[in-house]
Amino acid sequence: MTATSPHSGAPLVALRGVGKAFPSGTLALAGLDLDVRDGEFLALLGPSGCGKSTALRIIAGLTEPTQGAVEWPAAARTANANRLGFVFQEPTLMPWANVANNVLLPLKLKGVAADAAGARVDAALERVGLQKFAKAYPRELSGGMRMRVSIARALVTEPALLLMDEPFAALDEITRFKLNNDLLQVWQALRTTIVFVTHSVFESVYLSSRIVVMAARPGRVFAEVAIDAPYPRDQNFRTSAEYAALCRRTSEALAQAMAAGGAP
Amino acid sequence: MTPRGSTQERRDRALRIVLPVVVLALSLAIWELVVRVGGIPPYVLPAPSLILQTFIADGALLTQSLMVTLLTTLEGFALAAIGGVGLAVLFNQSRLVEYSLYPYAVILQVTPIVAIAPLLLIYMPQQLAVLTCAWIVAFFPVLANTTLGLNSVDRNLADLFALYGASRGRVLWNLKLPSGLPYILGGLRIAGGLSLIGAVVAEIAAGSAGAGSGLAYRIVESGYRLNIPRMFAALVLLSIAGIVIFYLLAFVNHIALRRWHESAVEAGN
Repeated sequence: MTATSPHSGAPLVALRGVGKAFPSGTLALAGLDLDVRDGEFLALLGPSGCGKSTALRIIAGLTEPTQGAVEWPAAARTANANRLGFVFQEPTLMPWANVANNVLLPLKLKGVAADAAGARVDAALERVGLQKFAKAYPRELSGGMRMRVSIARALVTEPALLLMDEPFAALDEITRFKLNNDLLQVWQALRTTIVFVTHSVFESVYLSSRIVVMAARPGRVFAEVAIDAPYPRDQNFRTSAEYAALCRRTSEALAQAMAAGGAP
Repeated sequence: MTPRGSTQERRDRALRIVLPVVVLALSLAIWELVVRVGGIPPYVLPAPSLILQTFIADGALLTQSLMVTLLTTLEGFALAAIGGVGLAVLFNQSRLVEYSLYPYAVILQVTPIVAIAPLLLIYMPQQLAVLTCAWIVAFFPVLANTTLGLNSVDRNLADLFALYGASRGRVLWNLKLPSGLPYILGGLRIAGGLSLIGAVVAEIAAGSAGAGSGLAYRIVESGYRLNIPRMFAALVLLSIAGIVIFYLLAFVNHIALRRWHESAVEAGN
Protein backbone atom coordinates (compact mmCIF):
# COMPACT_ATOMS: atom_id res chain seq x y z
CA MET A 1 0.00 0.00 0.00
CA THR A 2 2.94 2.34 0.40
CA ALA A 3 4.71 0.68 -2.50
CA THR A 4 4.41 3.89 -4.47
CA SER A 5 6.11 5.89 -1.75
CA PRO A 6 9.79 6.56 -2.37
CA HIS A 7 10.43 6.02 1.31
CA SER A 8 9.10 2.47 1.72
CA GLY A 9 11.36 -0.47 2.43
CA ALA A 10 12.29 -3.21 4.89
CA PRO A 11 11.42 -2.69 8.56
CA LEU A 12 13.99 -0.68 10.40
CA VAL A 13 12.63 -1.68 13.76
CA ALA A 14 9.74 -3.96 14.69
CA LEU A 15 7.70 -4.31 17.86
CA ARG A 16 6.53 -7.89 18.37
CA GLY A 17 3.70 -8.52 20.80
CA VAL A 18 4.91 -5.71 23.01
CA GLY A 19 3.15 -5.23 26.33
CA LYS A 20 3.89 -2.78 29.10
CA ALA A 21 2.43 -2.96 32.57
CA PHE A 22 3.36 -0.24 35.03
CA PRO A 23 4.06 -1.11 38.67
CA SER A 24 0.75 0.52 39.55
CA GLY A 25 -0.96 -2.24 37.57
CA THR A 26 -1.97 -0.04 34.66
CA LEU A 27 -1.67 -1.90 31.39
CA ALA A 28 -0.30 0.73 28.99
CA LEU A 29 0.25 -1.59 26.04
CA ALA A 30 -0.76 -5.14 25.19
CA GLY A 31 0.08 -7.23 22.14
CA LEU A 32 1.40 -4.32 20.13
CA ASP A 33 2.75 -5.29 16.71
CA LEU A 34 4.32 -2.49 14.75
CA ASP A 35 6.75 -2.36 11.85
CA VAL A 36 8.64 0.86 11.27
CA ARG A 37 9.76 0.78 7.64
CA ASP A 38 13.03 2.29 6.54
CA GLY A 39 12.53 5.81 5.27
CA GLU A 40 8.86 6.24 6.13
CA PHE A 41 7.14 9.02 8.03
CA LEU A 42 4.97 7.07 10.45
CA ALA A 43 2.42 8.79 12.65
CA LEU A 44 1.12 7.15 15.83
CA LEU A 45 -2.32 8.65 16.35
CA GLY A 46 -4.59 7.99 19.27
CA PRO A 47 -6.48 9.40 22.25
CA SER A 48 -4.53 10.24 25.36
CA GLY A 49 -3.79 7.15 27.41
CA CYS A 50 -3.49 4.84 24.41
CA GLY A 51 0.19 4.23 25.12
CA LYS A 52 1.60 5.89 22.02
CA SER A 53 4.23 7.77 24.00
CA THR A 54 5.09 4.59 25.88
CA ALA A 55 5.54 2.76 22.56
CA LEU A 56 7.91 5.52 21.45
CA ARG A 57 9.92 5.27 24.67
CA ILE A 58 10.15 1.51 24.21
CA ILE A 59 11.52 1.94 20.70
CA ALA A 60 14.04 4.43 22.08
CA GLY A 61 15.09 1.95 24.78
CA LEU A 62 14.15 4.39 27.53
CA THR A 63 11.62 1.89 28.91
CA GLU A 64 11.77 -1.89 28.81
CA PRO A 65 8.64 -3.73 27.62
CA THR A 66 7.21 -6.18 30.15
CA GLN A 67 6.18 -8.50 27.31
CA GLY A 68 7.29 -9.11 23.76
CA ALA A 69 10.38 -7.73 22.09
CA VAL A 70 11.78 -4.88 20.05
CA GLU A 71 13.58 -6.25 17.01
CA TRP A 72 16.16 -4.43 15.02
CA PRO A 73 16.97 -6.44 11.88
CA ALA A 74 20.63 -7.39 12.19
CA ALA A 75 21.89 -5.19 9.38
CA ALA A 76 19.99 -2.19 10.61
CA ARG A 77 21.23 -2.71 14.14
CA THR A 78 24.93 -2.52 13.39
CA ALA A 79 24.52 0.37 10.99
CA ASN A 80 22.14 2.27 13.21
CA ALA A 81 23.42 1.47 16.65
CA ASN A 82 23.12 4.64 18.68
CA ARG A 83 21.68 6.48 15.73
CA LEU A 84 18.46 7.50 17.37
CA GLY A 85 17.12 10.99 17.76
CA PHE A 86 14.39 11.89 20.24
CA VAL A 87 12.30 15.05 20.38
CA PHE A 88 10.15 15.50 23.46
CA GLN A 89 6.89 17.39 23.80
CA GLU A 90 8.79 20.09 25.63
CA PRO A 91 11.95 21.47 24.01
CA THR A 92 13.90 19.98 26.97
CA LEU A 93 16.93 22.20 26.52
CA MET A 94 19.62 22.78 29.11
CA PRO A 95 18.78 26.32 30.31
CA TRP A 96 22.36 26.94 31.44
CA ALA A 97 23.85 26.29 28.01
CA ASN A 98 23.53 28.39 24.88
CA VAL A 99 21.94 27.10 21.70
CA ALA A 100 25.19 25.83 20.16
CA ASN A 101 26.15 23.94 23.30
CA ASN A 102 22.68 22.42 23.56
CA VAL A 103 22.94 21.11 20.00
CA LEU A 104 26.50 19.95 20.70
CA LEU A 105 25.39 17.77 23.63
CA PRO A 106 24.76 14.46 21.77
CA LEU A 107 28.14 14.71 20.02
CA LYS A 108 29.87 15.57 23.29
CA LEU A 109 28.29 12.57 25.00
CA LYS A 110 29.44 10.36 22.14
CA GLY A 111 32.97 11.71 22.35
CA VAL A 112 33.13 13.37 18.92
CA ALA A 113 36.21 15.59 18.55
CA ALA A 114 35.50 19.27 19.15
CA ASP A 115 36.38 20.67 15.72
CA ALA A 116 34.43 18.03 13.80
CA ALA A 117 31.52 18.52 16.20
CA GLY A 118 31.54 22.28 15.68
CA ALA A 119 30.96 21.96 11.95
CA ARG A 120 28.11 19.50 12.50
CA VAL A 121 26.48 21.80 15.05
CA ASP A 122 26.62 24.65 12.55
CA ALA A 123 25.10 22.45 9.86
CA ALA A 124 22.29 21.28 12.15
CA LEU A 125 21.50 24.85 13.20
CA GLU A 126 21.46 25.98 9.59
CA ARG A 127 19.03 23.20 8.75
CA VAL A 128 16.49 24.60 11.21
CA GLY A 129 17.32 28.22 10.35
CA LEU A 130 18.87 29.20 13.66
CA GLN A 131 22.52 29.76 12.71
CA LYS A 132 22.27 33.38 13.92
CA PHE A 133 21.14 32.29 17.38
CA ALA A 134 24.02 29.96 18.26
CA LYS A 135 25.08 32.13 21.20
CA ALA A 136 21.57 32.80 22.54
CA TYR A 137 20.27 31.13 25.67
CA PRO A 138 17.05 29.10 25.55
CA ARG A 139 15.09 31.53 27.69
CA GLU A 140 15.81 34.28 25.17
CA LEU A 141 14.02 32.34 22.41
CA SER A 142 10.35 31.86 21.54
CA GLY A 143 8.64 28.50 22.03
CA GLY A 144 8.88 27.70 18.31
CA MET A 145 12.57 28.54 18.19
CA ARG A 146 13.26 26.39 21.23
CA MET A 147 11.56 23.49 19.50
CA ARG A 148 13.76 24.11 16.46
CA VAL A 149 16.82 23.89 18.69
CA SER A 150 15.47 20.63 20.07
CA ILE A 151 15.06 19.29 16.52
CA ALA A 152 18.55 20.46 15.55
CA ARG A 153 19.92 18.63 18.58
CA ALA A 154 18.14 15.44 17.51
CA LEU A 155 19.44 15.82 13.93
CA VAL A 156 23.05 16.54 14.81
CA THR A 157 23.92 12.85 15.11
CA GLU A 158 22.31 12.21 11.69
CA PRO A 159 19.95 9.65 13.20
CA ALA A 160 18.55 6.82 11.10
CA LEU A 161 15.41 6.97 13.22
CA LEU A 162 13.93 10.17 14.58
CA LEU A 163 11.35 9.68 17.34
CA MET A 164 9.09 12.64 18.05
CA ASP A 165 6.66 12.72 20.98
CA GLU A 166 3.96 15.31 20.22
CA PRO A 167 6.66 17.88 19.58
CA PHE A 168 4.40 20.67 18.35
CA ALA A 169 1.43 20.16 20.69
CA ALA A 170 2.28 23.15 22.86
CA LEU A 171 2.79 25.59 19.97
CA ASP A 172 0.32 27.97 18.38
CA GLU A 173 -1.15 26.95 15.04
CA ILE A 174 0.82 29.36 12.87
CA THR A 175 4.11 28.20 14.35
CA ARG A 176 2.99 24.58 14.14
CA PHE A 177 2.19 24.82 10.41
CA LYS A 178 5.56 26.40 9.76
CA LEU A 179 7.38 23.72 11.71
CA ASN A 180 5.34 21.00 9.95
CA ASN A 181 6.59 22.27 6.59
CA ASP A 182 10.16 22.60 7.81
CA LEU A 183 10.09 19.11 9.29
CA LEU A 184 8.93 17.64 5.98
CA GLN A 185 11.76 19.42 4.20
CA VAL A 186 14.32 18.10 6.67
CA TRP A 187 12.89 14.59 6.36
CA GLN A 188 13.12 14.64 2.59
CA ALA A 189 16.59 16.13 2.56
CA LEU A 190 17.98 13.67 5.10
CA ARG A 191 15.97 10.58 4.03
CA THR A 192 15.68 9.60 7.63
CA THR A 193 12.87 7.59 9.21
CA ILE A 194 10.46 9.40 11.51
CA VAL A 195 7.99 8.07 14.06
CA PHE A 196 5.77 10.94 15.09
CA VAL A 197 3.34 10.68 18.02
CA THR A 198 0.39 13.04 17.83
CA HIS A 199 -3.25 13.36 18.80
CA SER A 200 -4.02 15.66 15.89
CA VAL A 201 -5.71 14.04 12.89
CA PHE A 202 -4.86 17.01 10.69
CA GLU A 203 -1.21 17.04 11.62
CA SER A 204 -0.82 13.29 11.11
CA VAL A 205 -2.44 13.35 7.66
CA TYR A 206 -0.42 16.35 6.55
CA LEU A 207 2.92 14.94 7.61
CA SER A 208 2.96 11.20 7.36
CA SER A 209 3.12 8.52 4.73
CA ARG A 210 1.34 6.09 7.05
CA ILE A 211 -0.82 6.53 10.12
CA VAL A 212 -1.21 3.87 12.77
CA VAL A 213 -4.34 4.55 14.83
CA MET A 214 -4.15 3.24 18.37
CA ALA A 215 -6.88 2.37 20.87
CA ALA A 216 -6.65 2.63 24.63
CA ARG A 217 -7.19 0.32 27.62
CA PRO A 218 -4.97 -1.48 26.83
CA GLY A 219 -2.95 0.38 24.20
CA ARG A 220 -2.90 -1.48 20.88
CA VAL A 221 -2.90 -0.94 17.13
CA PHE A 222 -6.47 -0.41 15.99
CA ALA A 223 -6.25 0.60 12.34
CA GLU A 224 -3.84 1.73 9.72
CA VAL A 225 -4.35 4.48 7.15
CA ALA A 226 -1.98 4.87 4.21
CA ILE A 227 -1.49 8.46 3.13
CA ASP A 228 -0.47 8.07 -0.50
CA ALA A 229 -0.42 11.76 -1.38
CA PRO A 230 2.93 12.57 -2.96
CA TYR A 231 5.62 14.69 -1.36
CA PRO A 232 6.59 17.48 -1.28
CA ARG A 233 3.40 18.61 0.39
CA ASP A 234 2.61 22.27 0.97
CA GLN A 235 -0.27 24.67 1.59
CA ASN A 236 -1.99 23.41 -1.57
CA PHE A 237 -2.18 19.95 -0.08
CA ARG A 238 -3.51 21.36 3.18
CA THR A 239 -6.48 22.89 1.35
CA SER A 240 -7.06 20.08 -1.17
CA ALA A 241 -10.11 17.82 -1.36
CA GLU A 242 -7.78 14.83 -1.11
CA TYR A 243 -6.48 16.10 2.24
CA ALA A 244 -10.01 16.64 3.49
CA ALA A 245 -11.06 13.14 2.45
CA LEU A 246 -8.01 11.59 4.15
CA CYS A 247 -8.71 13.57 7.29
CA ARG A 248 -12.31 12.33 7.30
CA ARG A 249 -11.18 8.75 6.87
CA THR A 250 -8.60 9.09 9.63
CA SER A 251 -11.10 10.82 11.93
CA GLU A 252 -13.54 7.96 11.46
CA ALA A 253 -10.83 5.43 12.29
CA LEU A 254 -9.93 7.46 15.39
CA ALA A 255 -13.59 7.70 16.46
CA GLN A 256 -13.93 3.92 16.17
CA ALA A 257 -10.69 3.46 18.09
CA MET A 258 -12.00 5.67 20.88
CA ALA A 259 -15.29 3.76 20.96
CA ALA A 260 -13.32 0.51 21.17
CA GLY A 261 -11.14 1.86 23.94
CA GLY A 262 -14.07 2.76 26.18
CA ALA A 263 -14.84 6.16 27.66
CA PRO A 264 -11.72 8.05 28.75
CA MET B 1 9.42 50.08 28.09
CA THR B 2 7.68 53.43 28.43
CA PRO B 3 9.72 56.37 29.73
CA ARG B 4 7.20 56.78 32.51
CA GLY B 5 7.77 53.22 33.66
CA SER B 6 11.52 53.66 33.74
CA THR B 7 11.25 56.91 35.70
CA GLN B 8 9.04 55.20 38.22
CA GLU B 9 11.46 52.30 38.39
CA ARG B 10 14.40 54.62 38.99
CA ARG B 11 12.51 56.42 41.73
CA ASP B 12 11.65 53.08 43.28
CA ARG B 13 15.30 52.04 43.27
CA ALA B 14 16.38 55.38 44.79
CA LEU B 15 13.79 55.00 47.56
CA ARG B 16 15.13 51.55 48.37
CA ILE B 17 18.50 53.14 49.20
CA VAL B 18 17.36 56.47 50.63
CA LEU B 19 14.69 55.20 53.03
CA PRO B 20 16.90 52.79 55.04
CA VAL B 21 19.55 55.53 55.29
CA VAL B 22 16.95 57.97 56.59
CA VAL B 23 15.76 55.42 59.16
CA LEU B 24 19.35 54.85 60.27
CA ALA B 25 20.08 58.57 60.60
CA LEU B 26 16.87 59.19 62.54
CA SER B 27 17.48 56.27 64.91
CA LEU B 28 21.05 57.39 65.60
CA ALA B 29 19.89 60.96 66.23
CA ILE B 30 17.21 59.86 68.66
CA TRP B 31 19.67 57.50 70.37
CA GLU B 32 22.23 60.31 70.74
CA LEU B 33 19.57 62.66 72.03
CA VAL B 34 18.19 60.20 74.58
CA VAL B 35 21.67 59.47 75.96
CA ARG B 36 22.58 63.16 76.22
CA VAL B 37 19.31 64.49 77.55
CA GLY B 38 18.85 61.57 79.95
CA GLY B 39 22.47 61.70 81.06
CA ILE B 40 22.80 57.93 80.67
CA PRO B 41 26.29 56.79 81.67
CA PRO B 42 28.37 55.12 78.87
CA TYR B 43 28.63 51.81 80.79
CA VAL B 44 24.85 51.53 80.53
CA LEU B 45 24.31 52.84 77.02
CA PRO B 46 27.02 54.67 75.07
CA ALA B 47 26.01 57.36 72.60
CA PRO B 48 26.66 56.69 68.89
CA SER B 49 29.27 59.45 68.87
CA LEU B 50 31.17 57.68 71.64
CA ILE B 51 30.99 54.37 69.79
CA LEU B 52 32.46 56.12 66.76
CA GLN B 53 35.27 57.54 68.88
CA THR B 54 35.97 54.06 70.27
CA PHE B 55 36.01 52.79 66.74
CA ILE B 56 38.77 55.21 65.85
CA ALA B 57 40.71 54.83 69.09
CA ASP B 58 40.59 51.02 69.15
CA GLY B 59 40.73 50.71 65.36
CA ALA B 60 43.96 48.72 65.18
CA LEU B 61 42.94 46.26 67.88
CA LEU B 62 39.46 45.73 66.48
CA THR B 63 40.70 45.33 62.91
CA GLN B 64 43.19 42.72 64.04
CA SER B 65 40.42 40.81 65.84
CA LEU B 66 38.15 41.18 62.83
CA MET B 67 40.78 39.55 60.64
CA VAL B 68 41.07 36.60 63.03
CA THR B 69 37.30 36.06 63.00
CA LEU B 70 37.04 36.57 59.24
CA LEU B 71 39.80 34.08 58.56
CA THR B 72 38.03 31.46 60.68
CA THR B 73 34.76 32.26 58.95
CA LEU B 74 36.34 31.97 55.52
CA GLU B 75 38.06 28.69 56.33
CA GLY B 76 34.88 27.30 57.86
CA PHE B 77 32.91 28.41 54.83
CA ALA B 78 35.39 26.88 52.39
CA LEU B 79 35.38 23.59 54.28
CA ALA B 80 31.58 23.66 54.48
CA ALA B 81 31.32 24.29 50.75
CA ILE B 82 33.73 21.50 49.85
CA GLY B 83 32.37 19.12 52.48
CA GLY B 84 28.71 19.87 51.79
CA VAL B 85 28.90 19.62 48.01
CA GLY B 86 31.27 16.66 48.19
CA LEU B 87 29.11 14.72 50.61
CA ALA B 88 25.96 15.49 48.59
CA VAL B 89 27.65 14.20 45.43
CA LEU B 90 28.75 11.08 47.31
CA PHE B 91 25.20 10.54 48.63
CA ASN B 92 23.87 11.03 45.13
CA GLN B 93 26.22 8.44 43.67
CA SER B 94 25.85 5.84 46.39
CA ARG B 95 22.62 5.10 48.17
CA LEU B 96 24.45 2.94 50.71
CA VAL B 97 26.67 5.82 51.77
CA GLU B 98 23.65 8.08 51.97
CA TYR B 99 21.71 5.68 54.16
CA SER B 100 24.75 5.15 56.39
CA LEU B 101 25.72 8.78 56.98
CA TYR B 102 22.69 10.99 56.45
CA PRO B 103 21.20 10.51 59.95
CA TYR B 104 24.48 11.66 61.50
CA ALA B 105 24.59 14.74 59.34
CA VAL B 106 21.12 15.57 60.65
CA ILE B 107 22.17 14.94 64.26
CA LEU B 108 25.13 17.25 63.78
CA GLN B 109 22.78 19.89 62.45
CA VAL B 110 20.02 19.71 65.07
CA THR B 111 22.31 19.69 68.10
CA PRO B 112 22.79 23.34 69.11
CA ILE B 113 26.31 24.50 68.34
CA VAL B 114 26.50 26.40 71.64
CA ALA B 115 26.26 23.04 73.37
CA ILE B 116 28.86 21.34 71.17
CA ALA B 117 31.48 24.10 71.32
CA PRO B 118 32.65 23.61 74.93
CA LEU B 119 33.07 19.91 74.30
CA LEU B 120 35.12 20.48 71.16
CA LEU B 121 37.33 22.87 73.13
CA ILE B 122 38.23 20.07 75.48
CA TYR B 123 39.47 17.75 72.76
CA MET B 124 40.90 20.12 70.18
CA PRO B 125 43.38 22.98 70.05
CA GLN B 126 41.39 26.17 70.31
CA GLN B 127 41.81 27.38 66.74
CA LEU B 128 40.81 23.99 65.36
CA ALA B 129 37.77 23.83 67.65
CA VAL B 130 36.58 27.25 66.52
CA LEU B 131 37.05 26.24 62.90
CA THR B 132 35.17 22.99 63.45
CA CYS B 133 32.25 24.91 64.93
CA ALA B 134 32.10 27.23 61.92
CA TRP B 135 32.15 24.17 59.67
CA ILE B 136 29.47 22.20 61.55
CA VAL B 137 27.02 25.08 61.45
CA ALA B 138 27.63 25.95 57.81
CA PHE B 139 27.93 22.62 56.08
CA PHE B 140 24.42 21.24 56.51
CA PRO B 141 22.58 23.83 54.39
CA VAL B 142 25.10 23.19 51.62
CA LEU B 143 24.56 19.44 51.92
CA ALA B 144 20.76 19.70 52.03
CA ASN B 145 20.49 22.19 49.17
CA THR B 146 22.99 20.39 46.97
CA THR B 147 21.15 17.10 47.54
CA LEU B 148 17.91 18.80 46.53
CA GLY B 149 19.59 20.31 43.47
CA LEU B 150 21.14 17.07 42.28
CA ASN B 151 17.73 15.39 42.54
CA SER B 152 15.89 18.17 40.71
CA VAL B 153 17.01 17.19 37.24
CA ASP B 154 14.49 17.48 34.40
CA ARG B 155 13.37 13.91 33.69
CA ASN B 156 13.35 14.35 29.95
CA LEU B 157 16.89 15.71 30.02
CA ALA B 158 17.93 12.70 32.08
CA ASP B 159 16.29 10.46 29.45
CA LEU B 160 18.17 12.30 26.74
CA PHE B 161 21.47 11.67 28.49
CA ALA B 162 20.53 7.98 28.82
CA LEU B 163 19.60 7.82 25.14
CA TYR B 164 23.06 8.96 24.13
CA GLY B 165 24.71 6.54 26.53
CA ALA B 166 26.16 9.14 28.90
CA SER B 167 28.39 7.78 31.68
CA ARG B 168 27.60 8.46 35.34
CA GLY B 169 30.42 10.97 35.47
CA ARG B 170 29.03 12.81 32.45
CA VAL B 171 25.53 12.86 33.93
CA LEU B 172 26.92 14.28 37.16
CA TRP B 173 29.17 16.88 35.56
CA ASN B 174 27.10 17.95 32.55
CA LEU B 175 23.59 17.50 33.92
CA LYS B 176 23.17 17.18 37.68
CA LEU B 177 25.68 19.79 38.86
CA PRO B 178 24.65 22.50 36.38
CA SER B 179 20.93 22.00 36.97
CA GLY B 180 21.58 21.93 40.73
CA LEU B 181 23.71 25.09 40.64
CA PRO B 182 20.93 27.49 41.73
CA TYR B 183 20.24 25.27 44.75
CA ILE B 184 23.95 24.90 45.55
CA LEU B 185 24.45 28.65 45.42
CA GLY B 186 21.39 29.10 47.63
CA GLY B 187 22.97 26.76 50.16
CA LEU B 188 26.26 28.64 50.00
CA ARG B 189 24.47 31.94 50.67
CA ILE B 190 23.00 30.52 53.84
CA ALA B 191 26.34 28.91 54.78
CA GLY B 192 28.17 32.25 54.45
CA GLY B 193 26.15 33.83 57.24
CA LEU B 194 26.13 30.68 59.34
CA SER B 195 29.89 30.19 59.25
CA LEU B 196 30.25 33.65 60.78
CA ILE B 197 27.73 32.68 63.47
CA GLY B 198 29.60 29.41 64.09
CA ALA B 199 32.91 31.22 64.42
CA VAL B 200 31.43 33.77 66.84
CA VAL B 201 29.72 31.17 69.00
CA ALA B 202 32.89 29.13 69.27
CA GLU B 203 34.97 32.20 70.07
CA ILE B 204 32.59 33.15 72.84
CA ALA B 205 32.74 29.64 74.25
CA ALA B 206 36.51 29.69 73.99
CA GLY B 207 36.71 33.22 75.34
CA SER B 208 35.63 32.09 78.77
CA ALA B 209 38.60 29.72 78.69
CA GLY B 210 40.93 32.67 78.49
CA ALA B 211 42.85 32.72 75.24
CA GLY B 212 41.69 34.00 71.88
CA SER B 213 41.73 37.26 70.01
CA GLY B 214 38.77 37.19 67.60
CA LEU B 215 36.07 39.82 67.48
CA ALA B 216 33.63 37.77 69.54
CA TYR B 217 36.30 37.33 72.18
CA ARG B 218 36.71 41.11 72.23
CA ILE B 219 32.99 41.44 72.95
CA VAL B 220 33.18 39.04 75.88
CA GLU B 221 36.35 40.65 77.19
CA SER B 222 34.90 44.16 76.90
CA GLY B 223 31.83 42.95 78.73
CA TYR B 224 33.92 41.79 81.66
CA ARG B 225 35.66 45.18 81.73
CA LEU B 226 32.39 47.10 81.38
CA ASN B 227 33.83 48.67 78.24
CA ILE B 228 30.40 48.88 76.66
CA PRO B 229 31.38 51.31 73.84
CA ARG B 230 33.93 48.80 72.59
CA MET B 231 31.32 46.03 72.77
CA PHE B 232 29.10 48.07 70.50
CA ALA B 233 31.96 48.89 68.15
CA ALA B 234 32.88 45.19 67.84
CA LEU B 235 29.23 44.31 67.30
CA VAL B 236 28.92 46.86 64.51
CA LEU B 237 32.03 45.41 62.86
CA LEU B 238 30.62 41.88 63.06
CA SER B 239 27.38 43.07 61.57
CA ILE B 240 29.20 44.80 58.70
CA ALA B 241 31.23 41.64 58.09
CA GLY B 242 27.99 39.64 57.86
CA ILE B 243 26.47 42.11 55.42
CA VAL B 244 29.58 42.07 53.21
CA ILE B 245 29.60 38.26 53.16
CA PHE B 246 25.90 38.20 52.25
CA TYR B 247 26.25 40.63 49.36
CA LEU B 248 29.44 39.03 48.07
CA LEU B 249 27.69 35.69 47.82
CA ALA B 250 24.58 37.29 46.32
CA PHE B 251 26.84 38.86 43.71
CA VAL B 252 28.49 35.53 42.88
CA ASN B 253 25.01 34.01 42.64
CA HIS B 254 23.92 36.74 40.24
CA ILE B 255 26.98 36.41 38.01
CA ALA B 256 26.63 32.63 37.78
CA LEU B 257 22.90 32.57 37.02
CA ARG B 258 22.07 35.82 35.26
CA ARG B 259 21.96 34.34 31.77
CA TRP B 260 19.61 31.47 32.43
CA HIS B 261 17.92 31.16 35.79
CA GLU B 262 14.63 32.89 36.49
CA SER B 263 15.81 33.96 39.96
CA ALA B 264 18.66 36.03 38.54
CA VAL B 265 17.58 37.44 35.18
CA GLU B 266 16.65 41.12 35.18
CA ALA B 267 12.95 41.92 35.01
CA GLY B 268 11.74 42.80 31.53
CA ASN B 269 14.60 40.91 29.91
